[in-house]
Amino acid sequence: MAIEVRIPTILRSYTDGAKAVDAKGATLEELIGDLDARHPGLKARLVDQGALRRFVNVYLNDEDVRFLGGLETPVADGDTVTVLPAVAGGSR
Amino acid sequence: MLTISRELVDKIIEHARADHPDEACGVIAGPIGSDSPERLIPMENAERSPTFYRFDSLEQLRVWREMDDRDEEPVVIYHSHTSTEAYPSRTDISYAAEPNAHYVLVSTREELGEKAEFRSYRIIDGVVREEEVVVTS
Repeated sequence: MAIEVRIPTILRSYTDGAKAVDAKGATLEELIGDLDARHPGLKARLVDQGALRRFVNVYLNDEDVRFLGGLETPVADGDTVTVLPAVAGGSR
Repeated sequence: MLTISRELVDKIIEHARADHPDEACGVIAGPIGSDSPERLIPMENAERSPTFYRFDSLEQLRVWREMDDRDEEPVVIYHSHTSTEAYPSRTDISYAAEPNAHYVLVSTREELGEKAEFRSYRIIDGVVREEEVVVTS
């Protein structure tokens, strides 16, 4: 079994259009490393200088990983990881 | 071009006025590929700020999943500027990441008085293109 990763529209160019792909790892960081091996370029869109980019939200099941352990968050078979673009901005 | 009903335009402006002077934000869902905004979902501005907005991440997950279940996508993503014009800021552009969405900006700045400014943009790969807004009855 693997971990399902749900990919937002904007990043589907890296997954040949797939909405969800499988990956493996014991932590979110390992999972993203494995994802990048299968879909080169994805990691750089999610991680910058060892931290999650502020432009993306990453969820483990129903939780925002920023409220868990960030990239150190443990993941396990059967979990679902969801990536969404953060929706934000402002007048400045 | 954005085609949108008068009712939805009024609801967005109403939301922007209600949250003024903080920025208001939300999304209008529509069937995938239809380019037709139908279901308005006002979102919490997690920043509660007159100069920034950010969708609450957990609320966003819930709303995005609901759209997925209903075969919808975000057709419109809107927010207000409360002291500047309805034009995307550098921050707005750097975050714009829904290639199929119309980015609607509403300005409720004081000098407009009773009027609100309502404009729509496509923002793709950092390039902003304003588009015509057609309001239907």
